[in-house]
Amino acid sequence: MADISNNFVGIKSPNPFWLASAPPTDKAYNVIRAFKAGWGGVVWKTLGEEGPPVVNVNGPRYGAIWGADRRLLGLNNIELITDRDLQVNLREIKQVKMDWPDRAIVVSLMVPCEEHAWKAILPVVEETGADGIELNFGCPHGMSERGMGAAVGQVPEYIEMVVRWCKANTRMPVITKLTPNITDIRKPARAAHAGGTDAVSLINTINSITGVNLDSFAPEPTIDGKGSHGGYCGPAVKPIAMNMVAEIARDPETHGLPISGIGGITTWRDAAEFMALGAGNVQVCTAAMTYGFKIVQEMIAGLENWMNEKGHATLEDIIGRATPNVTDWQYLNLNYIAKAHIDQEACIKCGRCHIACEDTSHQAITSMVDGVRHFEVIEAECVGCNLCVNVCPVENCITMEPLAAGVMDQRTGKPVSPVYANWTTHPNNPMAKVAAE
Amino acid sequence: MATGHFKQGIAGGRLSPEQYADNFSDLHPPLDHHEALVESDRCYFCYDAPCMNACPTSIDIPLFIRQISTGNPIGSAKTIFDQNILGGMCARVCPTETLCEEVCVREVAEGKPVQIGRLQRYATDVAMAENKQFYPRAAPTGKTAAVVGAGPAGLAAAHRLARHGHEVTILEARPKAGGLNEYGIAAYKSIDNFAQAEVDYITSIGGIDIQNGKALGRDYQLSDLTRNYDAVFLGMGLGGVNALRADGEEAQGVTNAVEFIAELRQASDLATLPVGRRVVVIGGGMTAIDAAVQSKLLGAEEVTICYRRGQEHMNASEFEQDLAAANGVTIRHWLQPKRVIAEGGKVSGIELEYTAMDGDKLVGSGERLTLVADQVFKAIGQSFIPSALNGSGALLALEAGRIKVDAEGRTSLANVWAGGDCIFGGDDLTVSAVAQGRDAAESIHRALTSNGRA
Repeated sequence: MADISNNFVGIKSPNPFWLASAPPTDKAYNVIRAFKAGWGGVVWKTLGEEGPPVVNVNGPRYGAIWGADRRLLGLNNIELITDRDLQVNLREIKQVKMDWPDRAIVVSLMVPCEEHAWKAILPVVEETGADGIELNFGCPHGMSERGMGAAVGQVPEYIEMVVRWCKANTRMPVITKLTPNITDIRKPARAAHAGGTDAVSLINTINSITGVNLDSFAPEPTIDGKGSHGGYCGPAVKPIAMNMVAEIARDPETHGLPISGIGGITTWRDAAEFMALGAGNVQVCTAAMTYGFKIVQEMIAGLENWMNEKGHATLEDIIGRATPNVTDWQYLNLNYIAKAHIDQEACIKCGRCHIACEDTSHQAITSMVDGVRHFEVIEAECVGCNLCVNVCPVENCITMEPLAAGVMDQRTGKPVSPVYANWTTHPNNPMAKVAAE
Repeated sequence: MATGHFKQGIAGGRLSPEQYADNFSDLHPPLDHHEALVESDRCYFCYDAPCMNACPTSIDIPLFIRQISTGNPIGSAKTIFDQNILGGMCARVCPTETLCEEVCVREVAEGKPVQIGRLQRYATDVAMAENKQFYPRAAPTGKTAAVVGAGPAGLAAAHRLARHGHEVTILEARPKAGGLNEYGIAAYKSIDNFAQAEVDYITSIGGIDIQNGKALGRDYQLSDLTRNYDAVFLGMGLGGVNALRADGEEAQGVTNAVEFIAELRQASDLATLPVGRRVVVIGGGMTAIDAAVQSKLLGAEEVTICYRRGQEHMNASEFEQDLAAANGVTIRHWLQPKRVIAEGGKVSGIELEYTAMDGDKLVGSGERLTLVADQVFKAIGQSFIPSALNGSGALLALEAGRIKVDAEGRTSLANVWAGGDCIFGGDDLTVSAVAQGRDAAESIHRALTSNGRA
């Protein structure tokens, strides 16, 4: 039986599924419900400094995009950090941690970019018995206009500085949450690492406008005729988040730095993929906000079943297993040749592969053979691009079949070479030529 | 005395008013907005889509469905009406299960086609509710056309001719326009007087004058039309009903199914419409199903369709056969009528003979079966009555009893076109009649304007 208990920078939880710092973790009521449902931990919604709390808008805070049957694919929000009194939050954190000692409670923090502000809040958080802190350097709206959140997260020097202050002023593990609204995610990760962070978590939400009302010409969500960019999350951001996780996991400067993976995780499979790319655990928000806390039961059972089936005993057996296989384009094997193959039994003759290839790619799929509607790959034209696989509505109907070494590639008229060869040594690469001379 | 279902003989008032209303409500209720979005999303937007090729009017189905899915039902309706101005009625009455939906790749893949008919109804309903007119008339050409029959073929032809700027007069024998859309077709397929609403929608384009109560051969002759109009389109239906060729056919209670259906469609109060307690319908086509199912819905206790060949030979689609079965109609095969049994001049039963195929010939086996019945419907096909054409002037060439036309709908007479059920080679479908009317109108337009140039 697979053991899915999690130890993330010394913070233990019965499973690797935490709720991310967000509305679901804003108060004891929600967090207790989450723990009852089975969540392994929470990152308590971001606390600010002592004083009058922030205020939120009183109109819509969320915008969304949907797929078929209104399946929520992407959510955006313009909510700020907690708008509840600091002391109330601290009291509740302390009580919940006391009542649920086996669950992880990490507290998200965001105070002004001054050392005294951090020095003031760290001890009071520590006093709650919380397991760790997460530095919110990601919030892309509202707080960033006040010099906090993403305004810090976009300046690596600030990140390093604040992390250093925190490490110097608390015994608690420090997780630095990164914003994706930056060109190269490795830079803030390296800065956090240099500041001594125990881990990074990513991604926070992505600057976004989910829609425009074409009657009022106002962006969504609309507050009295105006809109502001919000933070985008949900299934739609998962590919972006996974790349950023992988970039940090495979960067020599940050390799081995624990990562808490966040971004569109909805199912056990999403979680397993993040962990395979190097995440030590995962944080979830949108899926819970869409379906309620019960989804964690599917995540737990699904992850266990998969691990049992594949013989993975603990999470350590899967964490980072895919990281070595993430590489730069220049190292991909150019002698690997695959061709699309259409299973005629499975083909329903919709013709989408044909028209996609014919109109937009390589004219490598027939539409008619001997006067009969028939879709078949023309191997002499197929470059193995995979577009037909992706547009085919039938799973496994079109597959990419690698050509074995020695087999003639009908497109090039040359046999497939058994030797690995990449761009760095390719004759068309001017840099390679220079190197050869 | 027995009441309700169990009233003997042919009687009305078998059901409560609520039951009548319920029984004759919409067979396929319209999709609501969300249902339409979900259903439209199931369409794969196929290349060279099989559905489109299966549609006799060649509606660009993937495009109109995609327009629904993008929140553009008006654009969707135009895509439909571009090819088929009776797209609203076709959405209701087309046997989609043997046309577009039969070849839908999702039918092939999973036995669950995209509900093209219901989506078409959704889009056309939106446009018709707004009375959105898409087609301004071209400048007047000064040419006139007469259209005989205000059925699907005639209406489609008239609309296309009016669009091109010609002045159209439709001469219709019946008191109302619409043809079989108004007088045929089961009531639950066209509720809320849709046929008349569609006629109004089509004629809103202007330039179409419908004259009711004008029957060819009775009130005017074909030669009158060829003399007075630049072009003539013949779009008559089938006036004759095939005989049972069974003894005692003249007994009271032996009824033409088409007349029963027409009477039902025109009835203001279904409770006044009499139907037998035990009904036998002879035939195997859509008319037989429509008569049988509606008899059952009117409260007949027992309804049996008797068809002289096997299930696989029935003209009624599988969907229609299932619909009949679901409504409690019994369908019996390999039985042909031999004798109507009457008591005091009224039907009391029917004697049938079992049949079998002997090679490719249908033969009676000699074995007989008697069914108790107080009403027998004849639904064994209709025939074209060409005599009306032959009042005066040159004779129109016929083929197998119907008007012979070429690929464009031209008859053997100059300036006379024809389409719909009256022509040879048709397939008895509303949608095909629309295609023939539309295409004949284009041919007429080319002829009247020297190849389309006014």
